Amino acid sequence: MSPEPRLVEVRKNVLKQNDLVARALRTRFRAAGVFVVSLVSSPGSGKTAFLEKTLTLLRPRYRVAALVGDLATENDAARLARSQAPVKQIITGTLCHLEAAMVQHAVEEEAWDLSQLDFLFIENVGNLVCPSSYDLGEDLRVVLLSVTEGEDKPLKYPTIFNSADVAIVTKSDLAEAVEFDWEATRRNIQAVRPGMRVFQLSAKTGEGVEEYLGFLAERLAESRTLAVV
Amino acid sequence: MHELSIAMSIVEMAQDEALQRGVQVNAVHLKLGALSGVVKEALLSSYEMACEDTPLRGSRLVIEEVPVVIFCPKCRARRPLSSVQLFCCGECGTPTSEVVQGKELEVVALEIQ
Repeated sequence: MSPEPRLVEVRKNVLKQNDLVARALRTRFRAAGVFVVSLVSSPGSGKTAFLEKTLTLLRPRYRVAALVGDLATENDAARLARSQAPVKQIITGTLCHLEAAMVQHAVEEEAWDLSQLDFLFIENVGNLVCPSSYDLGEDLRVVLLSVTEGEDKPLKYPTIFNSADVAIVTKSDLAEAVEFDWEATRRNIQAVRPGMRVFQLSAKTGEGVEEYLGFLAERLAESRTLAVV
Repeated sequence: MHELSIAMSIVEMAQDEALQRGVQVNAVHLKLGALSGVVKEALLSSYEMACEDTPLRGSRLVIEEVPVVIFCPKCRARRPLSSVQLFCCGECGTPTSEVVQGKELEVVALEIQ
C-alpha cells in the first residue's frame, strides 16, 4: 500500500540557476572594471541602429564591445561590425530571450579580455515580455521605446519597464510626423517606474545622443569609484 | 513565450527532489508574483507538456498568485499595489518603485507520496 500523500516544504527559486550565473558574471565584470549595459525593446524599435550609433561615438573615447541576441541570422552583428568595435552574435534559436549562461558562454568563446574594456553592451532579443525575468549580470538595463510605437507601451508592458533602470525614446526625428505625445509618454513611464530617467533621442540625426553618452560615462566613473572603495 | 522553459525548470527541480527523497510527486506548489513576467495560464499548459515522458506525468501544478506590495517612503509602510500600471501608495498617493513583494517565481512545496 502506498503511503498517504503529504506536503513537504521546498522553497526554491525557479530561476536560481540563472541568478547564480548572473551573479558570477556581475562579480567578474566588476572585477574587470567593465560597465555592462543591456538593451531591451520590442522588435523594430531601433535597438540595433541605436547601438551602432552608441558604439561608433564611444569607440574613439572608450574601449567598447557588444553581444547581440537574435533568434536567427547574423545580420545585426554584421551591421554593428561597421562601428569597428568587437561584436559577437548570440543566436538563440527558438528562445525568445537571452539567459545569463548564454552571455557567459559568448564572453568565454570570444575570449575577450574584459579588463581591456570600458563598456560591454548586450542587445537582447526584440521582446518586451520574456527578457524581464532574466538577470544577465548587467549594471544597467535600458528599455527602448520608439515614437512610432505609441505612448501607452509602458502601460501595456509594465513588468519590463519596471525591471529597467533607464528608458530611451528613440526615433525622435519622426515624432512630429506621428504626432507623438511626449508628455503622455513621460507620464506613462513614471506611472510604471517612478523616478526612472528618460532620454529622448534619434540615432539617425544624433539628436540627444550625447546627453545619453554623458550619462553612461558618469555611471562608468561611479562604478569604478565604488569598486576602489 | 518563455513559460515552457520555466515549466521545464520546475519539472527538473521537482524531479531532483523526488529522486533524492525516493518519493513520487503528485503536485508542485508554486508562488507566482504578478511582476514575475510569467503568465499563469501559459505556465499551466506548458507544465503539462513539460511533464510528458517524465515521472511527473499526471502531476498537478498548484499556483498561488502573489500580488504586488510596495513600500511607501512617506508612510514608511508596506502597501498593496492596486494596479501595476500605477506604482504609487494607495493611501497617500506617493509614487514609489520599491517593490517588496510580487516578483516571486518559487517552488514552495511538493505533494509527495
